[in-house]
Amino acid sequence: MRVFSRINLPGLLSFLALLFLWEISARSSQVIQSYFPPVSEIIRSLLSLIFSREVVAHLLATLGRFLTGYLLSALIAVSLGILLGHFRFAYALFEVLIEFLRPMPSVAMIPVAILLLGIGNAMIVAVTLYACTWPILINTIDGVRNIEPTLIDTGRTFGLGRWKILKEIILPAAMPYIVTGLRISLAIALILVTTSEMVVGGSGLGFFILDEERSLSTTNMYAGIVIVAVLGYGLNRLFLFFEGKAMAWHRGATARGLL
Amino acid sequence: MVAILEVKKVSKSYRQLDGESTLAIDEISFRVEKGEFVSLVGPSGCGKTTLLMCIAGLNPPSTGGLVVKDVEVHGPPSNLVLVFQEFNKSLFAWRSILGNVLFGLEAREKRSQDAQGEARRLIKLVGLEGFERHYPWELSGGMQQRVAIARALAYGPEILLMDEPFGSVDALTRLELEDTLLKIWEDLGTTILLVTHDIEEAIYLSDRIYVVSRRPSRILQTIDVDLSRPRHQITTRADAKFMELRNEIYRQISQ
Repeated sequence: MRVFSRINLPGLLSFLALLFLWEISARSSQVIQSYFPPVSEIIRSLLSLIFSREVVAHLLATLGRFLTGYLLSALIAVSLGILLGHFRFAYALFEVLIEFLRPMPSVAMIPVAILLLGIGNAMIVAVTLYACTWPILINTIDGVRNIEPTLIDTGRTFGLGRWKILKEIILPAAMPYIVTGLRISLAIALILVTTSEMVVGGSGLGFFILDEERSLSTTNMYAGIVIVAVLGYGLNRLFLFFEGKAMAWHRGATARGLL
Repeated sequence: MVAILEVKKVSKSYRQLDGESTLAIDEISFRVEKGEFVSLVGPSGCGKTTLLMCIAGLNPPSTGGLVVKDVEVHGPPSNLVLVFQEFNKSLFAWRSILGNVLFGLEAREKRSQDAQGEARRLIKLVGLEGFERHYPWELSGGMQQRVAIARALAYGPEILLMDEPFGSVDALTRLELEDTLLKIWEDLGTTILLVTHDIEEAIYLSDRIYVVSRRPSRILQTIDVDLSRPRHQITTRADAKFMELRNEIYRQISQ
């Protein structure tokens, strides 16, 4: 019973109805079909594509760039955020720069990256890293600044030095904020990887989607979009799975008003 | 007797928002001897917490000095731990009860062969056996303070400072915690300096009481509590001497 109650039946039905409407509209008109090929056709090409060596290679290219950029940015932004959140002078030093760069759409940096790194993996990873850094950095700084001062005093009375306090107390206490930043950046990373791939070309799902559009293989283009969507969905589910494991303490604590 | 802690003419003043400086503690001096249970009693907001923060090395005094085991205090001394009043803010929500107590051992950096066993022994000592895998937020306030005490003991301090440790638990739990604390003190021989506004609690627990005035804090009187040990919640509190001390301290504070 529990499994059934968790499925949003009305939502699922309306989604299927929409696909059905798409299907019959596409089949009713040649003109519509050239823009919106029937869903059944898209699914057919999707099934053949996901087993093709070419698409698997594109998928792996995208995934590799995504993971490199995202994980590097997590490492850099969390470390930097803890330092900037903890040392007020360091934050003051970089505040203007951060506030200037943060609201700027990261895709605007793609030409700069091309200029500096040429067209290739390095450039795509750099742009992804850059874009993912901001949400993680800002949230980490916020998390460090919102730490209960008693926690720091607890570390001090137990004789912990500054670095030990950062590692043993500030990092875990700021983790709920950090995780929020990491979740926002997960979506951003995929956006930046696929966008950069469209600009740079050569490989990756972003390139594949644009390339199929240019070759007038509209069905394959839609299939590519579905693959990216499923990839994004899967990565998000994976993230939520690990978050659930790691942050169980936080859900319990907040539910009881302790944090 | 050997003084393990000496407070020498400690004053603390704060600068207010309007730039005026206000005196919170006015040249307080007292000493605590090894193995003693000493309490500071005074009205709420009298600067007792500030004084404890000074002694713990978390907040330096404006003037005066502190000596712990013949060493001047600059920063938190390694043989002393403060148990905070707000235990819910002091416990690590991301660590289990066992993890919180293990923290005390890790902080000591004494590579113990059997840290887990030692932590479990302390958890048992404070009466939380069976809750090792629980998280702080799964426990009641009184149990959380027990965890904070076990964590402090795990550090192996020679002096335990306690800031209104039972201030935010219900009256019955408070009595239980008092007895747990006395048992620990008798078992381990740790020197305890406790701050409280509860006169009866101070008498029940202590060897000696320093009565602290309203701001700016001064020591009004030193009271030796010559009630027999072990103490008992019913008989000790019914003792005529207990009443006498209570009335005397109350008169001092309410002046």
